[in-house]
Amino acid sequence: MAVNPDYAGREYPPAGPFQVTREQIEAFADAIGSTSPAHRDPAAAQALGHGDVVAPPTFAVSLSQQCEAQLIRDPEAGIDFSRVVHGEEGFTHHRPITAGDSLTGVLHVDRIREAGGHGMVSTRVELRDADGQPVTTVTSTIVVRGES
Amino acid sequence: MAELTTDPGALTRTVTVDRAQLVDYANASGDQNPIHQDAEFARSVGLPDLIAHGMWTMGAALDVVTAYVGGDPGRVLSCSTRFTGMVVVPEGETVEVLVEGVVRKTDEEAGTQTVELTATCAGEKVLGRCQAVVRA
Repeated sequence: MAVNPDYAGREYPPAGPFQVTREQIEAFADAIGSTSPAHRDPAAAQALGHGDVVAPPTFAVSLSQQCEAQLIRDPEAGIDFSRVVHGEEGFTHHRPITAGDSLTGVLHVDRIREAGGHGMVSTRVELRDADGQPVTTVTSTIVVRGES
Repeated sequence: MAELTTDPGALTRTVTVDRAQLVDYANASGDQNPIHQDAEFARSVGLPDLIAHGMWTMGAALDVVTAYVGGDPGRVLSCSTRFTGMVVVPEGETVEVLVEGVVRKTDEEAGTQTVELTATCAGEKVLGRCQAVVRA
């Protein structure tokens, strides 16, 4: 089954809120081998002008993928997860994510197209804080490999 | 205001990954796709063996940029990549990924720099058009 092109342009209701904790940030930093004390030590983060420990630049993927699941798990979208590979990913930080943040994410399906027998699905998740201010924009393109 | 520094020497690093690290990444990121934890499953969907999460590789590579801007993740304003190759992680092995960065552009007016990264594993480029914009 091919990806359903009717999903292009769709916007989902806000997902979350996701509570960002020091423990989550440290575990993510450890898993990618990050070296900065600002991910782990509140005093080190405060010395750099942050209110609490700061997430690594790609940490937001742990939140955006929960938002993207609304699309990927929808059988009508026609996305066979066992055939999905990651094509592209991007993060624009309007401000850093720190421990204590409560973030919600709105998933947008920006583009669906076919290329070389594969389905390409481009999504965007807009993460906002509890005051509704923009925090991070996460863009992602997944490739659904065609049956060959 | 503290003086901002950059360390060009920080832009090259060999990072390593093994299967235990991928379990840690799966748990920390919530990405439990079995192609990153179950070699048999990975082969059943046509992959050569268990592979690292693309986002593990991107995250590990981007830490080089955080180190470049004095360890302040808040100075990494944006970053993006394409995934151009796989990091295959065989049982019992520790796999090396070479990350190399160069400053491609300096925008004095905006106070930013654009760093371009390459990540190579077993001679293959695994990240393409990988770049980050940092507050210089």
